[in-house]
Amino acid sequence: MDISFDKVSYTYQPNTPFEHRALDEVSFKINSGAYVAVIGHTGSGKSTLIQHLNGLLQPTSGEVKVGEYHLKANEKNKQLRNLREQVGVVFQYPEHQLFEETVAKDIAFGPQNFGVPQEEIHRRTREAVKATQIHEDLLERSPFDLSGGQMRRVAISGVLAMDPRVLVLDEPTAGLDPNGQKEIMQMFHRLHKDKQLTTILVTHSMEDALAYADHIVILNQGEVYMEGAPLEIFKQQQALEDVQLDVPEVIQFVTKVREQLGVELEYTGQSIAELAKELTRIVKGDRVYE
Amino acid sequence: MSNSMIIGQYIPGDSFVHRLDPRSKIAIIFFFVIIVFFANSVMSYGLLALFAIGSAATSRIPLTYIMKGLKPVWFLVIFTFLLHLIVTKQGEVLVSILGWEIYEEGLIQGAAISLRFFLLIMVTSLLTFTTTPIEITDAIEELLGPLKKVNFPVHELALMMSISLRFIPTLMQETEKISKAQASRGVDFRTGSFKDRVKAVIPLLVPLFVSAFKRAEELAMAMEARGYQGGEGRTKLRELHLGKSDVYLYIMFILLVIGLFLTRS
Repeated sequence: MDISFDKVSYTYQPNTPFEHRALDEVSFKINSGAYVAVIGHTGSGKSTLIQHLNGLLQPTSGEVKVGEYHLKANEKNKQLRNLREQVGVVFQYPEHQLFEETVAKDIAFGPQNFGVPQEEIHRRTREAVKATQIHEDLLERSPFDLSGGQMRRVAISGVLAMDPRVLVLDEPTAGLDPNGQKEIMQMFHRLHKDKQLTTILVTHSMEDALAYADHIVILNQGEVYMEGAPLEIFKQQQALEDVQLDVPEVIQFVTKVREQLGVELEYTGQSIAELAKELTRIVKGDRVYE
Repeated sequence: MSNSMIIGQYIPGDSFVHRLDPRSKIAIIFFFVIIVFFANSVMSYGLLALFAIGSAATSRIPLTYIMKGLKPVWFLVIFTFLLHLIVTKQGEVLVSILGWEIYEEGLIQGAAISLRFFLLIMVTSLLTFTTTPIEITDAIEELLGPLKKVNFPVHELALMMSISLRFIPTLMQETEKISKAQASRGVDFRTGSFKDRVKAVIPLLVPLFVSAFKRAEELAMAMEARGYQGGEGRTKLRELHLGKSDVYLYIMFILLVIGLFLTRS
């Protein structure tokens, strides 16, 4: 689904001494099927932004469009339910939302609320646990008996079982071990491709943004600071450092090599192995030893 | 972050009232609550109102904001007024509406009682507006200090208070977070029959309890790990000091009390 923000502002606790403007005239467009990374410092408005995507928050001014759904200031949207079925949100530490007696029941909770037939729920549950690599033996266990990593996977399965068209991920791998992080991120990427989802990933990891996203939106103090393709964004190291953001290590490395050895080397999305080959060629001339 | 407000939430500031020793504030409010009941003439009520409004003004908290904070208690004030107006049957009959007579004394009593009410709530909410919960707890611990002699667990009580105060915003945040997560999974907290809405609370309450217990356990562990053993011999990071401004406050209050007894009829 196409998503667009048109001059969206959001103010917390308006007309009190605690008034706080979290989003300030934010405008951008996301095409259907895109994988967008939203990056920004703590307090830059990322979480506020994603809550507009399924109508948890309503803009104070401006308009949000998600597919055919419109969210405007001071206007109740009567189709919030349908919107929420289409937009699945994986919040930060989603394992905190588990509550049912068994893993299976918890995964089925979302689709049940949206009136999905029992058989279909069953099918989706199996599909979801397969994707998140939860062993089917765990389905009848209590979610509170599981380890933190397993609970995270169950919670994610619960969102996947809603079969959303748009997937919103708010730092989905925070607090997981490196292996788990990689597995989860790759799983989302696979789903994104297989099901042609529109994915919005909020992350602190520049590496993840570079590896998976095809568009990056950088927020700073509630405003869109930069926007564009990952390779273009990460060329502007100085601008990123101005808002305390880093450039991915690979790109830092390539830049250092270029500067110190004075050679022609550009990062265009090569893998580590390809980069290594290129480097050997540069350093040793054309005598490449395979 | 919540859009809803708690009555009397602390508002950071650096006014005269903010800088007062919390013990002074609590003590003065305690005595204010008592002397409010001694007022019985227009002048004496005027003096009390002057003191309350003066304190509110020196606290530099916007009046509109104080009024907004009092919103939930307006009902009580008006209810009290009406009750006195209707029930009291003394003095002359002022008007008669639909056969129900409103007496002069009823009007006076209604006005007096609701004004008392209003002043009490205004002054006490001024305390919470200008004093952090931690300061209030510290002050209560100090003020109740003498009770230690009769083995009353003052320190434990203060600790319990400060811990629960500390966790109110955390729990509110947590509630908001979980209710948003469940709303995203299709729970509707706002519409539906009463039964549906009660049912919708379960996916909210279970995770909330789970995390509250987990937090409590973690906190206990962290306290033990840092060698916490209770109040005996513990020193304080923030010591309370009486300053010049506290002396001014006492002088003002004594003047108020003298003025009050002079203007009583």
